[in-house]
Amino acid sequence: MRGTNVVGLIFSNMHDDCIREITSLRTMGSVPFGGRYRMIDFPLSNMVNSNISKVGVITKSNYQSLMDHLGSGKAWDLSRKREGLFILPPFGHGNGLYAERIDALSGISSFLKECKEEFVVMSDCHIAYNIDFSDVINYHYQKGADITIVYKNGVVPDSLPEKVCLEFGRAKRISEIINGVTDKENKCDWSMGIYVMKRDFLMKIIAEAVARNRNNFVRDVLQSAVEQYKMFGYKFDGCAMAVTSMEAYFEANMSLVNKSVREDLFNPNRPVYTKVLDEMPAKFGLGAIVTNSIVADGCVIEGEVSNCILFRGVKIGKGAKVSNCIIMQDTQIGDNAILNYVITDKDVVVQNACSFMGCQTYPAYIPKGRNV
Amino acid sequence: MFPKQECIAMLLAGGQGSRLYTLTKKLAKPAVPFGGKYRIIDFPLSNCVNSGIDTVGVLTQYQPLVLNDYIGNGQPWDLDTMNGGVHVLPPYQRSKGGDWYKGTANAIYQNIQFIERYNPEYVVILSGDHIYKMDYSAMLAQHKQKKAACTIAVYEVPMDEASRYGILNCNEDDSIYEFDEKPAEPKSNLASMGIYMFTWSKLRAYLEADEEKEDSSNDFGKDLLPAMLNAGETMVAWRFNGYWKDVGTIDSLWEANMDLLDPKVPLDLSDTNWRIYTRNPVMPPHYVGKNAVCQNSLVSEGCDVEGTLEFAILFAGVTVEKGARVTDSIIMPGATIKKGAVVQYAIVAEDAVIGPGAVVGERPENVKNKDKWGIAVVGNNINIGAGAVVPAQSMIEEDIPEVKN
Repeated sequence: MRGTNVVGLIFSNMHDDCIREITSLRTMGSVPFGGRYRMIDFPLSNMVNSNISKVGVITKSNYQSLMDHLGSGKAWDLSRKREGLFILPPFGHGNGLYAERIDALSGISSFLKECKEEFVVMSDCHIAYNIDFSDVINYHYQKGADITIVYKNGVVPDSLPEKVCLEFGRAKRISEIINGVTDKENKCDWSMGIYVMKRDFLMKIIAEAVARNRNNFVRDVLQSAVEQYKMFGYKFDGCAMAVTSMEAYFEANMSLVNKSVREDLFNPNRPVYTKVLDEMPAKFGLGAIVTNSIVADGCVIEGEVSNCILFRGVKIGKGAKVSNCIIMQDTQIGDNAILNYVITDKDVVVQNACSFMGCQTYPAYIPKGRNV
Repeated sequence: MFPKQECIAMLLAGGQGSRLYTLTKKLAKPAVPFGGKYRIIDFPLSNCVNSGIDTVGVLTQYQPLVLNDYIGNGQPWDLDTMNGGVHVLPPYQRSKGGDWYKGTANAIYQNIQFIERYNPEYVVILSGDHIYKMDYSAMLAQHKQKKAACTIAVYEVPMDEASRYGILNCNEDDSIYEFDEKPAEPKSNLASMGIYMFTWSKLRAYLEADEEKEDSSNDFGKDLLPAMLNAGETMVAWRFNGYWKDVGTIDSLWEANMDLLDPKVPLDLSDTNWRIYTRNPVMPPHYVGKNAVCQNSLVSEGCDVEGTLEFAILFAGVTVEKGARVTDSIIMPGATIKKGAVVQYAIVAEDAVIGPGAVVGERPENVKNKDKWGIAVVGNNINIGAGAVVPAQSMIEEDIPEVKN
């Protein structure tokens, strides 16, 4: 057996509803992030950097952009003869798309069955984070756990759809799982929705849940079996930025102007891979004024930019003033346009001298391909 | 069995590039970084792919490690194909001895076997030291139309500079009647670009004949092409109008980089129809700090800019700290410019560190004796200590200690 004996599973559509504006044409996994990434790049790169060389990506709907992004998996070194990347679209069932995690997992039972790896790592795509899964798996092994849940200590991000809190008993074993935390002030140990368990074990609990017509993973599998199964929590100390509302999405992107966040998320020892576009380096024109911003390759900037995230291939016209904005791939901002607190999706064209204002708690959003 | 190819490319990448001094100390000239994220060889390789040539032999000899690594299986250029693709061809031992590549023609001669596998009609010979975007298929079309044995790409240079080039004297139909190497009194301004399209059967015959000659230097320009012309073969010039620059010297390398910042220069790297492909670093987008000033510059991924940039080219992963100034300079991957340092009219090679308050290079207007002015170069992995001063025209190959006031 080669590699780490672990197969990765990524749920690309989980929590799509949280940022419906951006996911109306794509999956949570293909939500653009941080100037050149898609959300799936984080769990996927983490797995690859932890020597997990087989990854299944579970899709449900709107996954064209995701497939376009992933391609053969080459950019993550997952275009392999042995192992590699597996895209797992909805399968069988008769009643169409899956509704919940258990449904989704039972839909890929044949994939799971045919894997040879002993362990499974599962992650969603709604959190940007950089973790070494080998540590999690070692911890799981040491503790002799049935299920290990990765958690973060802190105030639960308000926007999380599943606010799951862990409480620990003797020897750090999980003694209670609280679903739907309402406390917005106090710190707790909140689950990042990342699970490690044996593949056999996963298949067993999924089969049991399906047989009993249970469909909520947290409620019907985790909560109901706290005493039955040995569940442990692995504490993650790095940055974990959820993008589960427009406000949170905006904030998470903007936090990249902090060096400490960049150093944590883009740890050079565990680089984040993404699709390569072969853009030229960013070009700053004469008269460009750029401060406190993240700028990707292929940008051409001739105007004023402050506190912005500019994705690949963005053009900022002469005399334009763009501040506190997230400007996605290939968007063109015309001369003398003024934008403040705006998120523009891919391929947007903002005509000359247009002006758009949002506010910090509610950034304005311009959908993909719109000409305004 | 290899499927037949109509045209394959042979890229001469063995040159040392001695006039780039410290920049080519540990790597071959084609692997020298260029334009913020590229290496020189990206240009001919991308041109091949964009021209529909997907079989490329790269002839290496001098310091090939970096170049070999860089080319790899050719995936960044889409050259990891089932048939053809990119092949690195170093000199090799044979049952009866073996030789280094003695000259450009000899390098091709030693790889006749490689070329014959593809049974091509045409072979285009390229070199790895020019920056240009060229459609070799247009050159091939003219080659076929004129039924030439050899077509040489030419570039019209200003008449007063013509004596620095290998000049081709042509008839009205652009057929060549004379080669004139660096003529004192040039008769034409058509400079050879070192890009040759041959009908393979002809080239093969002349390569073999050239190898027989004891006194031959086995060079295309000096031996093989004149021999063809003397024998009365049809040799035709093909005029190229785009941007073309030899980057064989420190000055020309610096100029070609700076040309990328000049909107009037016709070298557009953002053209999606003629992409220049490169092996991309895996780095986050760059960050421009709160007090940074970026004007007329190219900045690549992974950079962290807190200082001032004017007419600067930053490769991937460069750090420019607060109060540092980089003007009219090229900073290669991974280099760091510390607080308050000044880098002007300079090339800083990979992973070099310019200490706090150090000054590298001089502005030409501040140098009285113009002969003493030139681009300053700091070599790979060199540390320039705090407060040190590196004058114009320097070529720094050893660390410079801190200067205490």
